[in-house]
Amino acid sequence: MRIVAERDRCIGAGNCVMTAPEVFDQDDDGLVAPLVDEADPVDPASLAAARRAVERCPATALRAVED
Amino acid sequence: MTEVSEIPLHMRRAQFDPISELGEIRDGAGVCPVVTPFGVPAHLVSRYDDVREVLSDSARFSTADRRALTPPDATELTEQEYARARVGNLLSYDPPEHTRLRRMLTPEFTMRRMRALEPRIVEIVDAALDDVERAGKPADLVSTFALPVPSLVICELLGVPYADRADFQRRTVDQLDASHPPQRRLALQQASRAYMATLVARARRDPGEDILGLLVREHGEDISAEELVGIASLLLLAGHETTANMLGLGTLALLRHPDQLARVRDDPASVEPAVEELLRWLSIVHTGIPRTATTEVTIAGSTIAAGEHVVLALPGANRDPALVDDPDRLDITREPTGHVAFGHGLHHCLGAPLARLELRIAYPALLRRFPGLALAVPYEQIAFRPYSVIHGLQALPVTW
Ligand code: HEM
Ligand code: HEM
Repeated sequence: MRIVAERDRCIGAGNCVMTAPEVFDQDDDGLVAPLVDEADPVDPASLAAARRAVERCPATALRAVED
Repeated sequence: MTEVSEIPLHMRRAQFDPISELGEIRDGAGVCPVVTPFGVPAHLVSRYDDVREVLSDSARFSTADRRALTPPDATELTEQEYARARVGNLLSYDPPEHTRLRRMLTPEFTMRRMRALEPRIVEIVDAALDDVERAGKPADLVSTFALPVPSLVICELLGVPYADRADFQRRTVDQLDASHPPQRRLALQQASRAYMATLVARARRDPGEDILGLLVREHGEDISAEELVGIASLLLLAGHETTANMLGLGTLALLRHPDQLARVRDDPASVEPAVEELLRWLSIVHTGIPRTATTEVTIAGSTIAAGEHVVLALPGANRDPALVDDPDRLDITREPTGHVAFGHGLHHCLGAPLARLELRIAYPALLRRFPGLALAVPYEQIAFRPYSVIHGLQALPVTW
């Protein structure tokens, strides 16, 4: 699974950083800054947390891409 | 307004719980007609999925339609009066106006900034506990702990000088006292805005490290003095009473569940999930602000016409069996849920990272300071607030 973040939609709620800190960070503007490149698969150990973060993003700014 | 029968269904509680009718509507038709406290007819949406759908769709559900807050027979504010009343109030704007203000504010609420604020919050909490201890038992935890802590945290955010803080706190408590007649409330609100204007003027002259200072430095004249006053007032209104009621009501909830209280006190790893579960179970914000449909929509099989209003039953959603098993049970050992206690969508609580931090610091600090914490009166005598925008307690008399 890969993660695609649409920063235009992000509202900086910080939920993803709280839910999956290994996968998401915030930049100085408070917007999502994924720690995993969108071309790279998420580490299996972080998959469940990353999925939860995607599902709970209040701004639906995150997508999980299964390929 | 105070007649029990007139309190809208979604704002009524049986102590901690939403009233059973709300569950019946959620598990039945899903949507029902209500009249909001402002006297406006609306559709009440009660299921988790439907609440999330409405909140996440600001194109079809606007927060900027003033009719949602104006009774049909009210004397209309002029456009100018309305514009002045809402300036800086994030909740009352749709994109792109909302986006502009929210983008200016998000940098102030990042996890990183919260971590920087953490030591100050710890000091504020410890000092409040020192005061409680010094004053002796029994104590009312609402007035001595739950209210002062968030108020002082907001002072910190807004850069209220130490010399002004006692006055600031007194004014805030007074301003949020719903028992004042409307004239007095208006006067108190104006006094509060006048004070905020002095903070804004100071930040313009000499911007400090607080939010107002940072906004002035970053955005200069792009953000008006009126907007800064509006933002400061919103942060006070939205950040004070909410966190205070979570502290009071959450402490009572734990006292009623002693095994869970002991975990929060003794096991640091339990605190984060416990805070999420208390947020879900208590759902202190009954509803966000009303939305207005911009086009005809169907929710749970009900048709909502363009221009009609929608209110969200946040406790209905948070107690929906579609969200968690056994939703009416408080269980701090649950895997944290995707609750909507902070809302959802573009208007999702700006202060959520701060509120979480305050709660994660304050509950265990209180319970560790007073390991023998107990109610000072029988539970039946505890007064829940009968009718308010935010659910909470009038007072929480405790001993230790
Ligand atoms: C467009 C946004 C908002 C509008 C127009 C609005 C409007 C109002 C009005 C008119 C009152 C006074 C009610 C009365 O006189 O009894 C009020 C009270 C209050 N509002 Fe809001 N509000 C908004 C946003 C918020 C938000 C975001 C929160 C927190 C999440 C909030 C929390 C409160 C609280 C705590 C009170 C005092 C409650 C009480 O007196 O019991 N408001 N609001
Ligand atoms: C546990 C405490 C809190 C709860 C339960 C809470 C709940 C909420 C909810 C439900 C909303 C969305 C309302 C809607 O969509 O109609 C909201 C919005 C908001 N909250 Fe909170 N809140 C809390 C603490 C705070 C704090 C500490 C602050 C700031 C210091 C804050 C600032 C705001 C602001 C500015 C908004 C409007 C955001 C926007 O429109 O973009 N809240 N809050």
